[in-house]
Formats: sequence, C-alpha cells, structure tokens
Amino acid sequence: MAKHETPMLDQLESGPWPSFVSDLKAMAKIKPEVYDILGQLELSYEDRITHWKHGGIVGVFGYGGGIVGRYSDVPERFPGVEHFHTLRVAQPASKYYSTENLRKLADLWQKHGSGVTNFHGSTGDIILLGARTEALEPFFWDLTHEMGQDLGGSGSNLRTPACCLGQSRCEWACYDTQETCYHLTLHYQDEIHRPAFPYKFKFKFSGCPNDCVAAIARSDVSVIGTWRDEIRIDQAAVKEYIAGNYPSNGGAHSGRDWGKFDIKKEVIDLCPTECMWMEGGELKIDDTECTRCMHCINVMPRALRPGADQGATILVGAKAPILEGAQMSTLMIPFMKIEKENEFEELIEFIEKIWDWWMEVGKNRERVGESMQRVGLPTFIKIMGLDPIPQMIRIPRENPYVFWGEEEVPGGFDRDIDEFRARHAA
Amino acid sequence: MGYNPEKPMEGRLTDLGPPHYEQFMPPIIKENKGKWLWHEILQPGVLMHKSETGDEVYTVRVGSPRLMTLVHVREICDIADAHCGGYLRFTTRNNIEFMVDSKDKVQPLLDDLASRGSKFPVGGTGAGITNIVHTQGWIHCHTPATDASGPVKAVMDDLFEYFTSMKMPAQVRIALACCLNMCGAVHASDIAILGIHRKPPMIDNKRITGVCELPLAVASCPLGAVKPAKTEVDGQEIKTVKVTVERCMFCGNCYTMCPAMPLADPEGDGIAILVGGKISNARSAPKFSKLVIPFLPNTPPRWPETVGAIRKIVEAYAKDARKYERVGEWAERIGWERFFEKCDIPFTEKSIDDYRLAYNTWRTTTQFKFTSHIK
Ligand code: HEM
Ligand code: HEM
Ligand code: HEM
Ligand code: SF4
Ligand code: SF4
Ligand code: SF4
Ligand code: SF4
Repeated sequence: MAKHETPMLDQLESGPWPSFVSDLKAMAKIKPEVYDILGQLELSYEDRITHWKHGGIVGVFGYGGGIVGRYSDVPERFPGVEHFHTLRVAQPASKYYSTENLRKLADLWQKHGSGVTNFHGSTGDIILLGARTEALEPFFWDLTHEMGQDLGGSGSNLRTPACCLGQSRCEWACYDTQETCYHLTLHYQDEIHRPAFPYKFKFKFSGCPNDCVAAIARSDVSVIGTWRDEIRIDQAAVKEYIAGNYPSNGGAHSGRDWGKFDIKKEVIDLCPTECMWMEGGELKIDDTECTRCMHCINVMPRALRPGADQGATILVGAKAPILEGAQMSTLMIPFMKIEKENEFEELIEFIEKIWDWWMEVGKNRERVGESMQRVGLPTFIKIMGLDPIPQMIRIPRENPYVFWGEEEVPGGFDRDIDEFRARHAA
Repeated sequence: MGYNPEKPMEGRLTDLGPPHYEQFMPPIIKENKGKWLWHEILQPGVLMHKSETGDEVYTVRVGSPRLMTLVHVREICDIADAHCGGYLRFTTRNNIEFMVDSKDKVQPLLDDLASRGSKFPVGGTGAGITNIVHTQGWIHCHTPATDASGPVKAVMDDLFEYFTSMKMPAQVRIALACCLNMCGAVHASDIAILGIHRKPPMIDNKRITGVCELPLAVASCPLGAVKPAKTEVDGQEIKTVKVTVERCMFCGNCYTMCPAMPLADPEGDGIAILVGGKISNARSAPKFSKLVIPFLPNTPPRWPETVGAIRKIVEAYAKDARKYERVGEWAERIGWERFFEKCDIPFTEKSIDDYRLAYNTWRTTTQFKFTSHIK
C-alpha cells in the first residue's frame, strides 16, 4: 500500500484548526493502509460522492450491535480499506479517561485495526474506524479480556446511554448523571447488545435544564435535572454582580464590552416568567412562579444556585426528522427523585413500562415518539398509568374533536331510534 | 493466549459494559464531586471551578477534529501525563479537557499546547463558537450527501477567531450531519449544516433480486413513493420496485433498506443550512432549526459557498443580537423576514414548509414587517 497523490486533501493541512489530514498522514507511517483511506477520500473529493458500499452484516458472535459493516466500492485501487468496519466501544460516563486506559486501547487498535478513531461518535461511544472482518473477534477478545471493556450499541436496540459531566464538575447538576448513566447501562447490557426493539432507543442524562447532552432533542427518555424548592440566593454576591465585581455569565461574555452589568436588563427582564424583582437592594424571586429555565443562574453563578430539593424531569419521545418530522421529548413526569439508594427503581420501572408497551405495538422502524403520536398522548398517558396534568401540554387542544368513550357518557351509545322518533318527527 | 478461532465460545466474556467512571476521574474531581459552588471562565478556553472545600480545578478546553488517529490520541496522553497526573476528558462537543488542580499549573500547560503547532487550539468556551459536532461523511458512511470532516475543517478554519474568543451575544452551536438521517442530531443547533440529496434513487434491477426484501423497501418510504413492480432482466421477469418521482423527498430511507436503490450524485448532492435551533431551556423553550438556505453545492476541498454563507449569518447575528440572545431568539425577535434581509439570504419557496404539519409554520396574523421582500 503506497502513498497516493492527494492534492485536495493536502489543502486541508493549512489553516489554524487541527488538520485530520496531517494526522492521518502521520498514522499512515505506522499503518500503511491509512494511505488507502487518504487515497479513497481524495477520490471522493474528486468525484464528489462516497466510495463506501452499503453496509453488510458483520459482528461478533452473540451481539446484534456494536459493529457497523463497511466495504470499499473501489477495493482494487485501495486494497487497504477493502473492509473498513466500525466498532463502537462503550465510553465511560462523562468521558473521563486515564492515559493508561487510552494508551492500552490505542495499542489494541493499532494491533487489530487501522488506528483511526472518533473521540467520540455522536451517540457518545468511542468509535474505531476501519477493521477487517477477521480482526473483529480477536479485537473483541482482547478488549474484554485485557481491558475489561465492551462494545456499545447500534441497530434496533438500546443505544449506549450518555450523560453530561454532572456533579463531577458542574455546580448545577441536580442528580448524579454519571452514576445514573453507569447503573442503567450495566443494568441493560442485554438490551444494548441484542436488538429486540422496533427501532433504536436512547436515554440521555443532563444534570440541569441547560441540557448539555441535548437529551430533550435526541433521546427517547430524557432525564433532565431540576429542583422543586427555592433557588438559593447569596445576596452579598448579588451585590458584587451589581457593583460589577463579578463577571456576568461566569465570564462567558468577557470578549466584548457589553457595558456595565445591569441586573434589571440582563436578569430580571429576561426571566421568562417575570418572577424576579429588586426590593431594598435585594434580589427577590417568587419561586412558585419560576419555571427553572436556568437563565438567572447562568448569568450569576456565584449568587444563585439551583434549590436543594433536587431530582429530574422525565420527558419522552425525541427523535430526528426521519420519518415523521423531528420531535422534542414531551414532559411526562414533572419531578422524580433520582437516587442510587433505591437503585433508580422508579426510573427503571418507568422505562420498562414504556418498553412493555412499545415492543408490543411499535411498528418496524418506529421510534417511541412516533408510536406516541400514532396512538395519541391521552392514550399513552393511560398506558403509562399517569394522571393527565397540564404540565404535559404546551396549550390545551384547539379543536373540540374529543374521542369520548362510551363508558364516559351516561346511558352509553346504545339508543333506541324508534323511541327517539316517537318524540321527534323525521 | 488471545482469541482461539477453533473454540470461539470458550472463555468468552460478554456484557461487561463500560468501565466504571470513577477510576478515570482525577483526584481533584473525585474529591469534590457534588461539592462545586461556582465557576468562572478566566480566559477563552480556561475554566475555574470552585468547590465548597476551597479546592479549585482549572480546566483547559482544546479543540479536536473528532476524526483522529492513535498518533493524536497518544500525544493527548503525553500532555495529560506531563501536566494532569495522567487524566483527561472529552466533552460532548468533541473538545478535549485537560484539568489541573492549581492555578500555577495552567500557564505551563498552555505553553506546552501552544508549542505543538495548530494541533491543540485552546478555546470553545462561553459566548463564542465551540467545536462542531458532526458525523462521518465520505470517510466512512455509505449514504452521505456531503463530506463531514472536510466542511468542518473549512468552517472552523474560517471561524477560528470566534473559537478563541468570547465576543458573540451568546454561544453559537454549529452541527453537521451528512444526510437527512442526522446521526449528528443537527436539528436543534444554532447553525446546522446538513447534507441533502436531490435526485431520486436509481433502481438497480440487476442487483435487486437477492439483496433486497422488496416489502421492506416499499415500507421504508415515508411518502409511499416506492411501489412494487415487475420488469425484465436478461429476458426473465423479476419482481422489483419503482419510484414515483414527484413524491420523493430524497431522504434515502429506501437505500438504507435496499442497497439496489442508490441515490447519491455529484450534482444532485450538496448542503442545506438550517438556523435558530437551541437545546437549553434558558429563557425560551428548546427549538428546532429552520431551513434558510435550501442548497449549496459540494465544492471540495474547502466548500467556499458553505463557509461564506455561515460567516455571513454569524456576522449579522454578532452585530445585531442582544447579549444572551441565541440565534433563534434573535431571529424571532426581529422577525424571520428581517433575518433573511440582515443575513442577505435570498428567500425562496423552499423555506416554506409543505411537509406534514406545515400549516403550523404559515403566518396567520396581520403582523409583518415591510422588508425588501415586499415589492
Ligand atoms: C433512518 C435513520 C438512520 C439511518 C439509516 C442511520 C444510519 C447510520 C449509519 C449507516 C451509520 C454508520 C455511519 C458510519 O460509520 O459509516 C450511522 C451512524 C450513526 N448514527 Fe445513524 N442512522 C439513522 C438515524 C440516526 C439517528 C436518528 C441518530 C441519532 C440520534 C443516529 C445516530 C448515529 C450515530 C451517533 C452514529 C455514529 C456515527 C457518528 O458518530 O458519526 N442515526 N447511522
Ligand atoms: C364541527 C365544528 C363546527 C361546526 C359544526 C360549526 C358550526 C357553526 C355554525 C352552524 C355557525 C353559525 C351559527 C349561527 O349563526 O347560527 C357557526 C358560527 C361560527 N363558528 Fe363554528 N362551527 C364549528 C367549529 C368552529 C370552530 C372550530 C371555530 C373557531 C375556531 C368556529 C368559529 C365560529 C365562529 C367565529 C362563528 C361565528 C360566530 C358569530 O356569529 O359570532 N366554529 N359555526
Ligand atoms: C444558556 C445556556 C447554557 C449555559 C449557561 C451553559 C453552560 C455550560 C457550562 C457552564 C458548561 C461547562 C460545564 C462545566 O464544564 O463545568 C457547559 C458545558 C457544555 N454545554 Fe452548556 N450551557 C448552555 C447551553 C448549552 C447548550 C444549549 C448546549 C448544547 C446544545 C450545551 C452544550 C454543552 C456541552 C456539550 C458542554 C460540554 C459538556 C461536556 O463537557 O460534556 N450547552 N455548558
Ligand atoms: S446539563 Fe447542566 S448540570 Fe450538566 S453539564 Fe450542563 S450545565 Fe452542568
Ligand atoms: S430560573 Fe428562569 S424562570 Fe426561574 S427565576 Fe431564573 S430566570 Fe426566572
Ligand atoms: S448522517 Fe447519514 S451520511 Fe452521515 S454518518 Fe449518519 S447515516 Fe451516514
Ligand atoms: S428517497 Fe425517501 S422519499 Fe424518495 S423514494 Fe426513497 S424513501 Fe421514498
């Protein structure tokens, strides 16, 4: 496998952003098949089209997911990438690593694969790009035996769950996103590795409504931290903000002169519920009206903190636009305590209630959000055994087309037309 | 010993799951977990988190191309070994974070990073433009309508000054997905770069028998455009499918189910730009991104049309939006008609929804602005 001419890719070695092309070239000196990745990519740049063939089922024995098959459609020109399968390796919660662990993984991947990776794939897994079919089992053996690590999910199964960094380094996390993510990932290894669902299913865990893992937009069950008591206020720190001694938004805006900090303009007036005001030099919040949007806390992190009675809001059904159009998750449980003490029992029960129903009624390649749409939210709420509450909707329905059930109407639907006619001429 | 193909099941380990996260957390993080009080971004790319124990952790955030090799991974490890006690983390947006437990360790770390050329740019914090989350593109996937790593590199090269500064009205999240599947979940980004196909699938009748389950191919089409059909191949009648072209929205679902229905094409494929999505619940609810530029051509290696279009949007936003206002909040305040005008984007009927639930997006009020669109 020799070097190919790559004039277009070479162009991407210039510029201030780190260049994947330079990196691939460095790798090719160790693993020559990487020259063929560069060669094939250059060909795609010339032809403006992909040169990968449609999938092909490959995997390791006993697992239905974790590996995406990939073959070149020009293998005679680029034999080094004839097979170029992807392996998804389950990532540790919040993506902390020791160098010891990363170096070991690097050595394994150098031994079995191309040496090319993604840190990380969009779902959160470590992605290892480019292995031959015959390398899959040996790699999996070494991964499990030498490193005690495992593949993640792909296909119609539970996808590798992911979380924000949570309490490990964020003051706003309202529950332990890492522990929750880890616990549920282990609890559901079977669902991750052996597809038994109508389509993919994802959980994501964000510690607060800033939702740094985009749970609300891309997970079937979105667990987003929140609180149900009062925002904790340090009035002395509020004064420091007003005096301009602390930077607004944790310094996030320090690159431009936005003028003196104005608590009315920047906090009170931007509160979506208008539940804040100044009184006697102190900041007041009517917490019963606050919807916990995080804006004020984001702007004054040294003065305001989420309340102390913390838990999470559970929303269900987000998905990408394919097929019926994009959906955000819909609020189902306003507040749930998320605690290790009871092994997340309540959350697990909730999730499994969804699965029991969805595995039965979900159509092939129908995300749970689409199943919900198909049967309607009122039906879904009943299936989940929940009480309907206004927090589940943005606005009440705008049409009167209610599907009344027979049992809800006194006397039912059975009536006697003759008796009716006796009193009403036709 | 290793894997023994003779006895594949012997000694097999499965369902181990991910390693426990705690063993990878630097001591300063482990000791202060759940005790953090507040944070401050000291300079672009450098965060300080203060614990109730009085401890401080300093984080240096560094961009990465996501597509990286072991050479790069090992260099990251070298840096973490030299400065961070052998620990590091990655963010959701593909940045690398190096953490140290005292302020005097920050500058040596920054100096080391700077000495390594353009490989480790420090930034991506606060009201700036952080790393682009993206998908695979031509480096690995079979359905892309554009490349991923190339356009990302081109856009980040162009917007680099905003990665290393914090002078935007709010954070600007850019995402790229190379086809409508949106592995990259771009649909709620401030700016989404989305690969799109514009030609319906071809039917490879010579291949279709054997590689496709026809009912699945038929069922895969969200618009019912794929129908069972019959045709002749080498004098033999075979079962196949046909595509009602007027109904096709070029989503590629059929190709996903049936390899004999390829639709990629150098002229047909390109990029659409969507803007104004957000995830965070701060102030306004999360929003989807909206399609404002229906098509830009694929022009490797640097996609100048896409890079230029994004810069125009970014600059118009930076100039006009208020502090804290995300792109979508800004567009809603000034009105979308004004958005098109300020960003100098020609409005076309392609931005008018005619898919399901389209009516929700039509204007049903007399409130509008007299922009240049009204002749
Ligand atoms: C019809 C819908 C979809 C199809 C056919 C599809 C297909 C694929 C394929 C073929 C790949 C492999 C790419 C490669 O490495 O070669 C992939 C990767 C991936 N997909 Fe999808 N996908 C679909 C929807 C989604 C959605 C909705 C999501 C996310 C919410 C998603 C998330 C991912 C992720 C995270 C990857 C890993 C690739 C990366 O990180 O770049 N996919 N998908
Ligand atoms: C099946 C549904 C509906 C039927 C059968 C219906 C029928 C009628 C009828 C027969 C009238 C004339 C009443 C009269 O002057 O004798 C009327 C008036 C009206 N309807 Fe409806 N309607 C329906 C739904 C709606 C809805 C959904 C709206 C609005 C959202 C609506 C708005 C109105 C208005 C504004 C008037 C005029 C009332 C007025 O005189 O001020 N209707 N409708
Ligand atoms: C006003 C809105 C937001 C604020 C104030 C905010 C604040 C923060 C802060 C302070 C961090 C750093 C956490 C830490 O390292 O201690 C962070 C991380 C992050 N944020 Fe946000 N955020 C906001 C919105 C968003 C949105 C909308 C997204 C994505 C759509 C997002 C994605 C992320 C990501 C990916 C990280 C890195 C998380 C990680 O390291 O895994 N943030 N955000
Ligand atoms: S989602 Fe909230 S708790 Fe989690 S990292 Fe983001 S800001 Fe912190
Ligand atoms: S969190 Fe949001 S709603 Fe609550 S007081 Fe602060 S700005 Fe207002
Ligand atoms: S977005 Fe589409 S083209 Fe890109 S990696 Fe995902 S499936 Fe492949
Ligand atoms: S590309 Fe999409 S819309 Fe067109 S025929 Fe295939 S599945 Fe149907």
